[in-house]
Amino acid sequence: MTVGDMSKVATTNGTEPATPPKGAKAAGAIANWADERLGLGTAMKKNLRKVFPDHWSFMLGEIALWSFVVLLLTGVFLTLWFDPSMTEVQYNGSYDPLRGVHMSSAMASTLDISFDVRGGLLMRQMHHWAAMIFIASMMIHMLRVYLTGAFRKPRELNWVIGCLLLLLGTIEGFTGYSLPDDLLSGTGVRAADGFMKASPVVGTYMSFFLFGGEFPGDSIIPRFYAMHILLIPGILLALVAAHMMLLVYHKHTQWAGPGRTEENVVGYPMLPVYAAKAGGFFFIVFGVITLLGGLFSLNPVWKFGPYDPSKVTAGSQPDWYMGWPDGLLRIIPAWETHIFGVTLSWNVMLPILVMPPLMLMILIALPFLEAWITGDKREHHLLQRPRNAPTRTAIMVALMTFYGLSWAAGGNDIIAIKMHLSINQITYFMRAAVFIGPVIAFIITKRWCISLQRHDEGKLLHGYESGVLVRSPEGGYAEKHLPLPVGEAYRLSARDNDPTPETVEEIESSGLAGRQVKLRRLRAKLAAVFFADNVQKPTAEELHDAQHHAEHELHELEAQIAAGPNKHGPADH
Amino acid sequence: MRLLNRSAGRLSRHRRGPIAGLMVLVCGLLLTGGLYAAFAPAQADSTQSQEELVKEGRELFLVGCAFCHGQNGEGVLTQGGSQYGPALTDVGEAAVDFQVGTGRMPMAQPGVQAPRKEVVYNEAEIDALSAYVGSLGTGPEIPDTELYSTEGMSDKELEELVVRGGQIFLANCTACHNFEGSGGAMPRGGYAPKIRGVDSKHIYEAMLTGPQSMDTFSDGNIPPEDKKAVIAYLETLDKAPSYGGLTLGGLGPVSEGIIAWLVGIGSLVGFAVWIAAHTTRSSNKKDEAEA
Amino acid sequence: MSDAHSTDPHGGELAVAEPIADPGLPAHTWRPTDVDPAKEKRAERQVAGFFGLSAICTVLFLVAYFTLDIDDNWHVFAGFGASTMALGATLGLSLMFIGIGIIHWSRKLMADHEISELRHPANSPEEDRVATLEALNVGIEESGIGRRPLIRNSLLGAMGLVGLPAVVLLRDLGPLPGDKLEHTIWGQGLKDKPMRVVRDGIWTPILASDLEIGDLVNCQPDALHNPERYEIDPTEVEGIAAQVHKSKASLVLLRMNPEDIKPGKDKDGNSRENWTVNGIVAYSKICTHVGCPISLNERTTHHLLCPCHQSTFDLADSGKVVFGPAGRPLPQLPLGVDAEGYLVATRDFDEPVGPSYWERDYYDRW
Repeated sequence: MTVGDMSKVATTNGTEPATPPKGAKAAGAIANWADERLGLGTAMKKNLRKVFPDHWSFMLGEIALWSFVVLLLTGVFLTLWFDPSMTEVQYNGSYDPLRGVHMSSAMASTLDISFDVRGGLLMRQMHHWAAMIFIASMMIHMLRVYLTGAFRKPRELNWVIGCLLLLLGTIEGFTGYSLPDDLLSGTGVRAADGFMKASPVVGTYMSFFLFGGEFPGDSIIPRFYAMHILLIPGILLALVAAHMMLLVYHKHTQWAGPGRTEENVVGYPMLPVYAAKAGGFFFIVFGVITLLGGLFSLNPVWKFGPYDPSKVTAGSQPDWYMGWPDGLLRIIPAWETHIFGVTLSWNVMLPILVMPPLMLMILIALPFLEAWITGDKREHHLLQRPRNAPTRTAIMVALMTFYGLSWAAGGNDIIAIKMHLSINQITYFMRAAVFIGPVIAFIITKRWCISLQRHDEGKLLHGYESGVLVRSPEGGYAEKHLPLPVGEAYRLSARDNDPTPETVEEIESSGLAGRQVKLRRLRAKLAAVFFADNVQKPTAEELHDAQHHAEHELHELEAQIAAGPNKHGPADH
Repeated sequence: MRLLNRSAGRLSRHRRGPIAGLMVLVCGLLLTGGLYAAFAPAQADSTQSQEELVKEGRELFLVGCAFCHGQNGEGVLTQGGSQYGPALTDVGEAAVDFQVGTGRMPMAQPGVQAPRKEVVYNEAEIDALSAYVGSLGTGPEIPDTELYSTEGMSDKELEELVVRGGQIFLANCTACHNFEGSGGAMPRGGYAPKIRGVDSKHIYEAMLTGPQSMDTFSDGNIPPEDKKAVIAYLETLDKAPSYGGLTLGGLGPVSEGIIAWLVGIGSLVGFAVWIAAHTTRSSNKKDEAEA
Repeated sequence: MSDAHSTDPHGGELAVAEPIADPGLPAHTWRPTDVDPAKEKRAERQVAGFFGLSAICTVLFLVAYFTLDIDDNWHVFAGFGASTMALGATLGLSLMFIGIGIIHWSRKLMADHEISELRHPANSPEEDRVATLEALNVGIEESGIGRRPLIRNSLLGAMGLVGLPAVVLLRDLGPLPGDKLEHTIWGQGLKDKPMRVVRDGIWTPILASDLEIGDLVNCQPDALHNPERYEIDPTEVEGIAAQVHKSKASLVLLRMNPEDIKPGKDKDGNSRENWTVNGIVAYSKICTHVGCPISLNERTTHHLLCPCHQSTFDLADSGKVVFGPAGRPLPQLPLGVDAEGYLVATRDFDEPVGPSYWERDYYDRW
């Protein structure tokens, strides 16, 4: 490994005098005390000033982390009053329109938290908003990681952990919003019972075991509660810890730029700047969630009333993160097979038992698939701009389009009433759109990325658009281009060239036989598709020629302007 | 703190605040006055004026309704044989009072479902139209005020009525009209309209007559006392404060998800951009040279 | 720099020399707060100001907590629950001001020299790897697990078996389904007292003459409210048991024009003609897709829509699916009239209600 040019890199930010102030002395004393018992000195030596690069998109995962902390805090508050029991009680709390109604203890205690505990409703709403934001921020964080290529070696395992976190977060959300045992969430649990019953062979057994008998039984709320406050958060915490440890071990990725290479990481030290920014962001996330909790009503269970299997409300939707399988469930045709005395409910199995696990597996597999296709086994610490990996970007946009359309299908009834459309027409449209949409999105994205690559190439070779219009002696107008500043030019050009896929001859001469050759051929074909039409960065000679040409043009321009009636010269260059 | 008034929660408190008391008084006066104006003359003039009312209604009907519903309310078929305007011979007074009183009729253009819009006729004209259509055949009459009004009930009675009404509302109404009456979608572009902020009388008439594609909830289906309970519950929903903040249209998880993304994630990403953004730079150099 | 990578044996040419040489980190430029003491002071005051605002908000939070009532007597502010809103706004702003203050501090006043740190490859140094592998091999060798297949295989067998208790222990999570899904409480009417159909929530029986054409009634079996009449133990229809019954027995009743009804066939191929009374039909309220209760009826078309996934059933045509994902028609309940003229179920549904399940078609054989 070669060491980067460090001459211009400051290794300290010492702008303060060397004598430490009093506070530092006290901190030193405490640190000494702790070190003599814990030996933290060695571990902390590097980490206190560990470098974190600064970019807004690197903070999306932090939103998830901090909203998880808010979830833990508000969740503990709620457990102090919540009674996860399905024992029937007569509600006798403060909310008049339900007084005297029979309901489960879970529902009654939820109402008590909302109406008889000061700040209880705020905490309930904060907990729920935090959950929605937790999963949303995991998703945008995942998109950032994918679209910038940050999942590549050595970070594939952290990608897998992230996918598992997304899955667990979703299950945690579902078990959580089912706990109040209100009409809306109960309808969701009822649907979940239908999903389980649709499972081949063991469906009814799974349902009877989970519900402790026939639906709705008396066990589902306490069982969900154990999962929701113990089992899943425990696994989540462990995975979050592993996720962060790997982040520290790998060091954060960074954008290419002057002085920022594969071998270094440039940014602010953890103490004080990064710690301050991260800590400050925690308070901001906490604050935003609290404001949401105070200002926006969420899940008004008192209006839904207790769960009753004979009641339902229009607009029965799950929380947003369960929306896309629900959308698929809405648009699937009525496919059900009755054969050999058994029933196969494709209309439930495909959208619920097949698609979500399949999507998760695709997500987990993405880094490994890409690495196999490209044959790239190097470590990557510099991010790629989405445009510089057009096929990768297009794959994710296609997946996002599929997700988004399914998601919209999950709100088809609300779309129908708000946009004065027919749910039937929306459903027919979506049935086709979930197949066609991703394909169109893939093609558009890929071509768009390549256009952007060409634009970058143009800027490198011909300079940027200066905004100076020049009229030639013949009367034509042209905009003059000026060369990019060197830092910007380096930033655009500091990227890998795509590898050339193997040719058939190379594979055949490799001495392999049978299946291996077939696989290699497939791989070569896929790689050719993967890199097809990408624009490679210009070579030094091309740049040199272009620069020469540009300088010539610039001089011409200056001469023209100097000779013209208006003596505005171009900016000094 | 002047905006703060103690209220809500327990129903009894609504009427205890000084402003609330005044409001109830004013509303009561207005309501009785209005009702008197609407009903008193008709009652005073007995059958003869009933005939006159029907006659007046017929004239209005011929001008405003007969084009679609036929000269004698027998309905109009299109050339294809489908219904252009349905027959009104047995819809009853209540149906007319609802359709015209909520502005649904006359329709601006033929369509599957008549939307609620500004009321075209005044109260006297609506009464005349109702009387005329009512005279064409059978059908429910315009309900008396005591059938839907909760005036004069004791707090305890009202509370019990509201609880009962809530349960009946959830069993019969929420499926289409949503848990807070915000409305919902029906097949092929139809919709169940928003039922909040609708006159109690019109709610009652809607249950009775089943406007558009709605099922009827005749007195043999839901007894009058239970219809009143539903209305009392809806009134309570209207009066109750929004305990948790903005209700986002009362549409459930879809609007909540939109807020989580737009407001929640949107503002947090905005903050992230601010946190990571470069601060302004000075062209000046710091006096103490770089270490 | 990054051109130092070796060429991958499979992937062909990977990295070439950068066409433009790395100019290195740009020289540090100062912020106004670094060079202008007045601006520095101002930023300092701003940060302290944010912390001060936060403290004020916290005090306001406490004031709101102790002055705004909830329970029976919510304070109302502009139509909103004053407590929730005030507590949320003050606590939210208090937290946010701390955050904003800290960020402002770090952006304006903390030293902002970027520093650089070297990366190391993720793998461990070669000698460490070799030593670890060595140790691993020695350990395995000393255990003798490779040389003693008897021990290894018996251990594997035992370990495999010991997982079984973990599965078996879950057996008592719930009872076996048995035939519970095939029957509803509608079948528990007596010979002389068939199960009456009663209005849901009102619990009164229905005379056929009560209903007008276009009436949709949400119904329950009388036994849930009145078990003694059917010689059913009241504990069997209380609490959870009632919920279980409702999840299968809930019913929608619709009276329509008798000419509109196209009677279908029952399981044995007989016409369902006599399943209706006076144009009144009764169908299960539980959707055959995933089990949502379903009562969004269009009076004019007698199409019943499910609010969860929009399956649409035609109640005039044997509950046939006309739209949406549901795979089967809604089960119909045969209606009759008892001695007093009230609507009753003449017998149970002739198929399981609710969502499909694997062994559902075995029902016929039981």
